Amino acid sequence: MIVGSIAGIGAGLAALGAGIGIGNIGGKAMEGMARQPEAASKIQTAMLIAAAFVEAVALFAVVVAFLGTR
Amino acid sequence: MDLSHIFNTKKFFSLAFCAVFFSLLSFSAFSEEHAAADSSKVSATEAHVEEADEDISEVILHHIADSHEWHFFGHVYIPLPVILWTDNGLKTFLSNKFGHNDHGTEILDLEGTKLVNYHGKYYYPSDVKSANGTYITYNADGELLNKKPLDISITKNVVSLLISVTILLIVFIGVANSYKKREGKAPKGMQSLLEPIILFVRDDIAKPQLGHKYRGFMPYLLTIFFFVWLNNLLGLVPFFPGGANVTGNIAVTMMLALCTFVLTTVNGNKNYWGHVFTPHVPWWLYPLMIPVEIVGLIVKPVALMIRLFANITAGHILILSLISLIFILKSVFVAGVAIPFVLFISVIELLVGFIQAFIFTILSALFIGMAVEEHAEH
Repeated sequence: MIVGSIAGIGAGLAALGAGIGIGNIGGKAMEGMARQPEAASKIQTAMLIAAAFVEAVALFAVVVAFLGTR
Repeated sequence: MDLSHIFNTKKFFSLAFCAVFFSLLSFSAFSEEHAAADSSKVSATEAHVEEADEDISEVILHHIADSHEWHFFGHVYIPLPVILWTDNGLKTFLSNKFGHNDHGTEILDLEGTKLVNYHGKYYYPSDVKSANGTYITYNADGELLNKKPLDISITKNVVSLLISVTILLIVFIGVANSYKKREGKAPKGMQSLLEPIILFVRDDIAKPQLGHKYRGFMPYLLTIFFFVWLNNLLGLVPFFPGGANVTGNIAVTMMLALCTFVLTTVNGNKNYWGHVFTPHVPWWLYPLMIPVEIVGLIVKPVALMIRLFANITAGHILILSLISLIFILKSVFVAGVAIPFVLFISVIELLVGFIQAFIFTILSALFIGMAVEEHAEH
């Protein structure tokens, strides 16, 4: 029998979503930088901000999972 | 073979410095875990393996939590003052006055006020001892029933905050004075170290988000950037001046986010409030849109708060659980994999410490920028 909290599965799903999101952001940013290297620093800043927003959603899920465990 | 080009570069020194620093870091983190693991080993032989796992998660949570003493190694502590507002008024004592019993099995008598220390927190004891020998009672749902006095102690996090504030004040007052003294001349010493970072905050964070109004907000943005960054870095140092996980404490990040919220609210101009209360939608959508906009105002600082808290806490938990793998799998050979991986994660955490400070500052600037924007774009 497996004993544990189902919150772990929720955190895993959230990580999946955030992984797709950040992967897309990083991939597109790299593409943009390759096409236009002189805009690299601007793209990087925008990329970090967007990644932070995606990451926040995953971290909300982590916090909920923490509260859900107990 | 000529290796002089390697040894001459600055890169080599910074690499060597990093290597020494992180080997120190992982070793001290290891020894810190060691004492805790010993106790879990004893209980593992007595009871089940699951209980040892339970102990390890408790150890991890203990390490990222606030506490009433500063733990060095083994049984070496600095006791910190405990200040409690109890039913009988203010009570102060040093946290080691009653020894280190935090299992709730012993009643502490403070001139008539009875308290019990349970997992590092002070509660009023229950009238009768419960079945497991503690003066703590739980209800059927596992909720703690004991009441707590108001705890305004100088805890580890508070001391760490004071340390980082002292460092920031010494460094930045010194730098500011040397700018006054050497006006118009090239920077020197600490100035040369900090000038590029200050310019980075100005040119890459404040100017793009705030436009020509950036000057008034620079002090706030610089303060928040250096405060968060320094505390993130201090949290990664496992020995004395660091190791307190200040930015991984939700109360600290809440205060920081609240500062940003107050600044946006106070500086919000006509356009900003107009956007909230009379959005550009047909009038019959107002009952839906206005609550959504108001929720949006509150969610922004809440997201700031949770982002910093969760990032730093997650990093600390990750490092500690990787070290704990050695004790969970009970084999010293796991260390060969776990320790290099901890090293790797620690380097990533250094980067995360900077990125989170940057993100916090740039989002604060973005929110303030939204509030002070001159004309709406639509």
